[in-house]
Amino acid sequence: MASKVIRNVTWDFLNEVIQDGSRVFPKEELERLRFCIQCGTCVGGCPSGRISALRIRKIFRETQLGLKETVLSDDNLWNCTTCYTCQERCPRGVHTTNTVRIIRNLAVKYGYIKNNHRRICEFFLTYGHAVPINDETRQVRKDLGLAEAPPTVHSHPESLAEVLKLAEETGFKKIVERTAK
Amino acid sequence: MNRYAYFLGCITPNRYPGIELATRRVLEEFGIEVLDMEGASCCPAPGVFGSFDLRTWLTVAARNISIAEEMGADITVTCNGCYATIQEAKHLLKQNDELKNKVNNILKNIGREYRGTVEVKHIIEILDENIRYETIQKRIKHPLKGIKVAVHYGCHFLKPSDIRMHGTVERPTILDDFVRALGAESVDYEDKMMCCGAGGGVRAANLDVALGYTRRKIENMVDAEADCLITPCAFCHYQFDTGQIELTEKIGKKYELPVVFMTQLLGLALGMSSEDVSLNKNKTQIQTFTSKLS
Repeated sequence: MASKVIRNVTWDFLNEVIQDGSRVFPKEELERLRFCIQCGTCVGGCPSGRISALRIRKIFRETQLGLKETVLSDDNLWNCTTCYTCQERCPRGVHTTNTVRIIRNLAVKYGYIKNNHRRICEFFLTYGHAVPINDETRQVRKDLGLAEAPPTVHSHPESLAEVLKLAEETGFKKIVERTAK
Repeated sequence: MNRYAYFLGCITPNRYPGIELATRRVLEEFGIEVLDMEGASCCPAPGVFGSFDLRTWLTVAARNISIAEEMGADITVTCNGCYATIQEAKHLLKQNDELKNKVNNILKNIGREYRGTVEVKHIIEILDENIRYETIQKRIKHPLKGIKVAVHYGCHFLKPSDIRMHGTVERPTILDDFVRALGAESVDYEDKMMCCGAGGGVRAANLDVALGYTRRKIENMVDAEADCLITPCAFCHYQFDTGQIELTEKIGKKYELPVVFMTQLLGLALGMSSEDVSLNKNKTQIQTFTSKLS
């Protein structure tokens, strides 16, 4: 099968990535995404690329080409462990790992969050911990002479209320509840 | 400074409290006061919540830091993820006043403020810079002579290097020096700087991919004839310890390399028993390692 030639290149998606990322990162750092010349240093050093079909440079090229749906719906986007090997090595100074995090933010925004991730969010929105305590660990803590519940939000309902209030203010619950059409 | 606010995070207190116990014991042994951060939450995980919504991630991180600011104590951590989040949040809020104001406007709703008045130090840094390896060496009662240790740094202690500032990320020595200070040998192994596989939400999203990393790391360590592996990160510890049980179940081949947290290894060298540092609470066996500690 002949591969598809993309003729209607648009910067819209790349601009959206930079815009969204600049909520927390300096814009000039994110602008470097435009400098990617597909050298493949990222893929060459990527430990996930040896195990999964994650190809960072492909994601970045597709982003430059404006292929928003392709990028956001790609399951391999979630196979990056954020190890920063590619970001350290990128000869063009692209903040690769941070860019992956931003693209994932957009994937979540448009409803492409994975069910297992939604469950982690539910834990966080219920207990204030992504990994809350269980009965087994309570027992281990007791056996070790530690307080049965740690001195975290697990021991302070008023602190948990603070965390939940913050998540409400940022709209976190609504963001992670979205589903793609 | 000899008092630190211990930011526990999730995995340390809620899955591997032995790490918490060993760390408290070891720091107290060297006269460092460990303070509880009452009401702290998930950091939140940099590659997980940072992948879902960076704004929420940053705001919750700022709240956690504000607890230590109220205590007037710098923070220490036993998880590279917590370290990454706290340090990166501080970095982002320091360089951008507008962002800091925005975050503080949200924190105002719960009567809190982020000021940026405390630092974060990884437990490795406390041992290396505050206590110093030379001092540790003088206090060793049971040198770990003849023990071969495979060192795993974990990614987020070292990277991104422009924020972490610990020097080379390809050939670091800070943990190898620690192992040698305890009298043990740090063995070189293939892909030593490779990730454990757990981070970035991969463990939750695609366990097989996460375990693919873990399998390679463990097999390389075993090939180098390591007696145990050590980590400075509770999440890597979790991935290696629980991960080996999961691998054994999935592949049918037995994976049983003992997994030791760096403060547990130190505790052993200081004369504590494996129960004192709660190594016996690991999921993967530890007998092949403890039998060598005469």
